Amino acid sequence: KMLKSGEKHFSLTLILFKDIWRYIRFIITNKCIGERLNSLNATDKRFRNHNLLQADIISTVEFNHTGELLATGDKGGRVVIFQREPESKTEPFSQGEYNVYSTFQSHEPEFDYLKSLEIEEKINKIRWLPQQNAAHFLLSTNDKTIKLWKVSERDKRPEGYNLKDEEGRIKDISTVTSLQVPVLKPMDLMVEVTPRRVFANAHTYHINSISVNSDYETYMSADDLRINLWNLDITDRSFNIVDIKPANMEDLTEVITAAEFHPHHCNLFVYSSSKGTLRLCDMREAALCDKHSKLFEEPEDPSARSFFSEIISSVSDVKFSHSGRYLLTRDYLTAKVWDLNMESKPLETYQVHDYLRSKLCSLYENDCIFDKFECAWNGADSVIMTGAYNNFFRMFDRNTKRDVTLEASRESSKPRAVLKPRRVCAAGGKRRKDDISVDSLDFTKKILHTAWHPTENIIAIAATNNLYIFQDKLNSEMH
Amino acid sequence: MFVCGSICGAAVDFLSHRVCLSSPSQQRPNMFPKGTKRKFSDPAEEPASSGDPGPAAPPPAARTLSSSYSLQRQSLLDMSLIKLQLCHMLVEPNLCRSVLIANTVRQIQEEMTQDGTWQIMTQALAAAQCPADRLVATEVLCRQTEPGAQAGQSPKPFPVVGLEEGYHSEEVVMEGEVETEVTMSTLSPQLSSSSYLAGPFGMDPCWDEEDEDGDCEEEEEEEEEEEEEEEEEDEEEEDSEECMSEADEADRDHLSADSRTGEQVFGTFEIKHPTPPPDPALEELFSDVDPSYYDLDTVLTGMQSTPKMGPYDLLESLSSHAPTALSSSASCRSDLNELDHIMEIIVGS
Repeated sequence: KMLKSGEKHFSLTLILFKDIWRYIRFIITNKCIGERLNSLNATDKRFRNHNLLQADIISTVEFNHTGELLATGDKGGRVVIFQREPESKTEPFSQGEYNVYSTFQSHEPEFDYLKSLEIEEKINKIRWLPQQNAAHFLLSTNDKTIKLWKVSERDKRPEGYNLKDEEGRIKDISTVTSLQVPVLKPMDLMVEVTPRRVFANAHTYHINSISVNSDYETYMSADDLRINLWNLDITDRSFNIVDIKPANMEDLTEVITAAEFHPHHCNLFVYSSSKGTLRLCDMREAALCDKHSKLFEEPEDPSARSFFSEIISSVSDVKFSHSGRYLLTRDYLTAKVWDLNMESKPLETYQVHDYLRSKLCSLYENDCIFDKFECAWNGADSVIMTGAYNNFFRMFDRNTKRDVTLEASRESSKPRAVLKPRRVCAAGGKRRKDDISVDSLDFTKKILHTAWHPTENIIAIAATNNLYIFQDKLNSEMH
Repeated sequence: MFVCGSICGAAVDFLSHRVCLSSPSQQRPNMFPKGTKRKFSDPAEEPASSGDPGPAAPPPAARTLSSSYSLQRQSLLDMSLIKLQLCHMLVEPNLCRSVLIANTVRQIQEEMTQDGTWQIMTQALAAAQCPADRLVATEVLCRQTEPGAQAGQSPKPFPVVGLEEGYHSEEVVMEGEVETEVTMSTLSPQLSSSSYLAGPFGMDPCWDEEDEDGDCEEEEEEEEEEEEEEEEEDEEEEDSEECMSEADEADRDHLSADSRTGEQVFGTFEIKHPTPPPDPALEELFSDVDPSYYDLDTVLTGMQSTPKMGPYDLLESLSSHAPTALSSSASCRSDLNELDHIMEIIVGS
């Protein structure tokens, strides 16, 4: 039995989903990545030594379309790609584990001489392109520049050149007595990552989102005030499709926080704002999509109004469901599911950490109220996931209406152990064993970036500079 | 943001001290619990707990608000203004954060206007007798200074905004020594009721070059922008070169913005210290404060040159918490990185 006898009282809360979750923990620490990176071309070694901790903070996590590859970007401008090992029958426990596939430096710190400001190399977003040939392509972006990278494998190399010997030295012609045809011979697998396109100088403000269109030809990049449409092959031009910059910057009260293309309709996209609104735009209507097709906004509850109402209503992430029928948004305290056909209010609202509502002033003081949490759908659009503080992350089952809080930390989970659900109780409230009081939450440990495998129950959780990958292992022996 | 937290803590304590209000049970985390916002028109809310209103307490018209609420609101306002200021310190301010904080400030200001406490504050400032050696009311000069001459204490201007009709006085209340002159467009009553005095600063020569049609009004507006550029550059002269090439589109908007409107909304700065602060440390802290703090436009666009490290360091030294590894390393790093780049330019490597 999965449960120990002493934990019977937890049994009801543990069995929340149809499948029984059994998690295999797989932590990639900054140390092993750091060792690999010493050989990389690091121009700012001084910064790396001085800010080793900061540069390793993971800033984005993204599975590719098959889930075989997982890319992470960090504050130091590096991208690390993990590949899932093919399942092997001999070692059942190692099936489907993710190992480092490739590491490269995507962006370097830059200095904008015109404005005398540094441009951070932190990777804000990574998006994979759908695979069309043997190579993989991904877009990575920092605050100002988007780059298209090609990730390809090489496992053969030609041997038997006529003019060069094995080491590549030019042969003495007089020693060449016969001609041979070079032959491709297998070699150790080598992963090459090359930059194919650089899309630069199109954004005055900080890029917060990129999204690849379902037409596989275009993609969009969104900054605080504008959204641009690019063709993947053309780097010197982009079309501006949304511009909310007021003529007078003093009138600025709203910024764009996230944007995404519809997964199936290449003419539709949505963008969210700092005032908690979502706008669905149709590119067929006009060249400049300032006028929305649909505006999704929940009317404010006047009884709950406070000085922080607007801040906590700011949408930090928006994701279309895989079906394209729903939108998932995350604001500071809640996650909401919207039906594209209903603009007046969300379909479902999930409280992520409502116990923070009484602490908004402190969170405003220490800036935590501005944290931007991301959210994710599972492959079937039945469960949504988002992060919280204290290295907790939450999952909500839309069908059963059940939710669970789990923790991503070394202390609480050992390899192949089942993750124990956590509970946060209000200060002074009735407290069970292992519960955490609101006042003891660690607000420096925040899970902002999470990703869900497109088809399987595998999740990737970025906790500061550690990456956790949890898998659901259906094991027929245990129920 | 431990730094910010401790300063706000100081501000709150200072306010409590001054207003002679002690509410030890009032914990800051519970500052704005849901649904406890008091309405102006609610007579039942006559605060028995208002305690002993200090010199800056709201008058009878606004006293229906609990003093603790207005105190909390005030400290929230102060906190927000500090945050806007700190935005400037960072390498590149986060626009979303700045906008949200600015909206919060606006919201507080609107509420205070409705409650009538706004007018009280502005009048309190007008009436406040700061030490004479700091008053520069009549010292409106039209001289220009070089940017470099502003090394050292940069005076903190208080653009006074008359939101109400009839408030036309223009004062510059400065802390610290007056080392620079004020380039002032006019004292004339032709200014609208929302007249303001741009704080003491010098005309940056580079802006002069770009601005050929020195229209008085335009100058006035630009002064506000240049003021920030100025203040930030006074410590790093290399940046004056960069300033000259700032012809970015965003700068244009920044330049042409009607800062007067911004002042209308954000004329809260005098509220910061309606009466002379008894705390000399705080005073010294804010004497170095970058006046660009007051300009929403600069805040929002983040168009400034060197981040000012002086006040930030000062804040750090005052805070009882060590700054988080993130913020301190970010500041050191940006500093180092920037110097490196500047050196590269100079050396031409």
